[in-house]
Amino acid sequence: MANLTLELEAERKKICQIAKDCNLDFFETIFELINYDQISQFAAYGGFPVRYPHWRFGMEYEQLSKSYEYGLSKIYEMVINTDPCYAYLMEGNSMMDQKLVMAHVYGHCDFFKNNIWFSKTNRKMIDQMANHATRVRRYVDRYGQETVEKFIDTCLSLENLIDRYSVLNAPDKFKSTSTQLKESDYIYNVERQYMDKYINPPDVVEEHKKIQIEKMQSKLKFPEEPVRDILSFLIHFAPLDDWQQDVLTIIRDEAYYFAPQGMTKTMNEGWASYWHSHMMTKRILNDAEIIDFADHHSGTTFMQMGGYNPYKVGIELMRDIEDRWNKGKFGREWNECDDVREKIHWDKRLNQGRDKIFEVRRIYNDVTFIDEFLTEEFCVKNKMFVYKLNKETNKFEVDTTNFKAIKSQLLFQLANFGQPIIKIEDANFENRGELLLTHVHEGLDLQPNHMDQTMRNLFTVWKRPINLVTIMENEGCMFRFDGKNYTKHEIETEKKPENVD
Amino acid sequence: MSIREDQNRFKNIVKGKVREEFKRFVTQGELIGKREDEYVKIPIPKIDIPTFRFGPKQNEQGVGQGDGDNSGQPQQGQGQSGSGQGEAGEAPGEHLLEVEISLEELAEILGEKLQLPNIQPRGTSQLVTEKNKYSGIAPVGPEGLRKFKQTYKKALARYISSGTYNPDDPKIIPIRRDYQYRTVKKTQSPHTKAVVIYMMDVSGSMGEEQKEIVRLESFWINTWLTKHYKGLETRFIIHDAAAKEVSEDVFFKTSESGGTLISSAYKLCQQMILEDYPTSEWNIYPFHFSDGDNWSGEDTRLCLQLIKDFFLPNVNVFSYGQVESKYGSGQFLKDLQKEFLEDERITLSQIESRDKILDSIKDFLGKGK
Repeated sequence: MANLTLELEAERKKICQIAKDCNLDFFETIFELINYDQISQFAAYGGFPVRYPHWRFGMEYEQLSKSYEYGLSKIYEMVINTDPCYAYLMEGNSMMDQKLVMAHVYGHCDFFKNNIWFSKTNRKMIDQMANHATRVRRYVDRYGQETVEKFIDTCLSLENLIDRYSVLNAPDKFKSTSTQLKESDYIYNVERQYMDKYINPPDVVEEHKKIQIEKMQSKLKFPEEPVRDILSFLIHFAPLDDWQQDVLTIIRDEAYYFAPQGMTKTMNEGWASYWHSHMMTKRILNDAEIIDFADHHSGTTFMQMGGYNPYKVGIELMRDIEDRWNKGKFGREWNECDDVREKIHWDKRLNQGRDKIFEVRRIYNDVTFIDEFLTEEFCVKNKMFVYKLNKETNKFEVDTTNFKAIKSQLLFQLANFGQPIIKIEDANFENRGELLLTHVHEGLDLQPNHMDQTMRNLFTVWKRPINLVTIMENEGCMFRFDGKNYTKHEIETEKKPENVD
Repeated sequence: MSIREDQNRFKNIVKGKVREEFKRFVTQGELIGKREDEYVKIPIPKIDIPTFRFGPKQNEQGVGQGDGDNSGQPQQGQGQSGSGQGEAGEAPGEHLLEVEISLEELAEILGEKLQLPNIQPRGTSQLVTEKNKYSGIAPVGPEGLRKFKQTYKKALARYISSGTYNPDDPKIIPIRRDYQYRTVKKTQSPHTKAVVIYMMDVSGSMGEEQKEIVRLESFWINTWLTKHYKGLETRFIIHDAAAKEVSEDVFFKTSESGGTLISSAYKLCQQMILEDYPTSEWNIYPFHFSDGDNWSGEDTRLCLQLIKDFFLPNVNVFSYGQVESKYGSGQFLKDLQKEFLEDERITLSQIESRDKILDSIKDFLGKGK
């Protein structure tokens, strides 16, 4: 399928070999040379050649192709996590750009194959997506475009209600436990009969029994435990037609497929940038290209004043880790050293850096990556700070350069990967089959107008009133949409949403 | 490519939005600056699928990198989004998107919204052009023009009428006399030419807001008339105490001061019509916008005379729009009303504010003349 020019193909072979020499381990990677219109199309489809019909892709395409035509933006690199990996090069880019993209892409492919968070993704997703498209088109033929598209809109509105941490687990099963009370639940096992009345005095037994019955009753709550994977719950239990159930399954599958990419953005880009820079400068570039490379590379890893660039933070952290493990700047001895001068010249010549970053790329995601490897020295060296909106001047100002503040702010932004945590607490709320959701409030309110609309969408799926407990402007409250009206209720103290798990 | 389908679908949704919020588009005039020949670029908010997401407070705090000063004054960082992770970092504000809509579609939406009747051109019978179109059918002709479908139908009809048609083995073989060919047919179409002459009072009492209203009105009137008359011509006249013809650009930008003699504009308009637009061939639409202040009663009488004796018999419809202004007395409208209230050939409209633009357009175009 690959349609590279002879010159590009020769370069590709060379770079592929260099990547292998660097111990990068990737699925076969196929490069395709396409024009900007095609690349806009692929990008609108999330990198895939075929997706189900939906106007949202048209909107993306419209924006991408327009902003390219007006010269506002340009897509350099696109690669998808499949086996074999497909990557796209744009016609008309300079040779140096193409080489840079290829080197960068091999970094991504290695990451896709080896990072554990990607281990459960479907590597035949191209086929799967095409399959989804066929199914959706069939429903469109049968039930009409308006109907199907409207339902897809509804599903997409709920798309982020998945449990991102469950990508490593087997799919959720909603088990039902027995509701029969057994004697062993409240009577201690007694080996010697004569001890019975001391070990199980009647009044205590009664009390235990009561507690156990209460526990049992609370188990009758459905679902038993709060559910994070709301989409899966709806697929199982919402009163949907078969085709609707299937569409919702499609949306959920695709959401889970894309989830790891959101969870490892900083690492993934950091890793790929680390390797393109390594390979380009050491092996690939010729003398004439070095300036262009420097220009382009610094453009990608340029951190705007006050911005956050995952390429930049990622590559710098990777390099920092390599350096620290090369010089042995870790462990107890290093942590306990108080002598600044000694620390500056610290070098144990361990040379474990390369191995360490390979390990990091295998088992971390963005949250654990930042949590473990962001050090105070790193923050100082990279001049990081927390900024805040000054309400008086309405300008953003540096709030603090305190390490702990920076770290907690970064982790906060990454926690649950930028999505609010929402759980199904009760699917038979007030014993009327209503849905009770709780928002685990971590300091940020939900956007009110979106919340309203999303609850309406949820209603069309669940077909019974939807309740959401959250905190809005420091007040615990419950929002309710009953099919006609959207209302806000004060809540009694016991229904206050729990704080961070 | 299947993305085209999605793109068309998206555009249709956008047009639906434009329909919904049409009044806003009409009164805000964001459209006019975006005109490009046949198309208008309409800025619309990005259509967003609602999800549970964090509110705008998200952006008040974040981690940045750069030359932040440790000790001294807090330095200014940019309000760039905080995290860049997934969707969370995106600015919560409304994204603006531009979508192209053709003027024709816009006119259709306008007509639909205001339930405007189609315009009946005056004197349709007077001017006729002949055109040749390949819309006829003949049993003979060159092979290149053979109409396969028609030929097949004829053959099918022959089979059925002769009783040889077998539904289980539907084999149809056309023979010579079934053959059908395209042929030239002469069509006669009424030839319609139209001119719109805008006259505006630019005396001191007309402010910026008043002119903006005129600008919006004239844009929509043009859009509607263009739909009905191919090759619509527009002419512009401004006047205070004296009148002159100007370009469209100047028309909307000029601000003069001084007195007002409405008759000066009417005289110039009359001269223009007599010289360039023989009334037997042209559909003529004079529009006059003013704040209703005229210099003297005598001049008003002269104006009324002109309208009665010249304009009404010679033009499709004479339209007068009175824009409310702080300084204008609004007397001219009253004078016109007194004189012509019952006359079908004149339209009078009062435009108090931007919100009334749609109503006023309906006044002007609602008669279908």
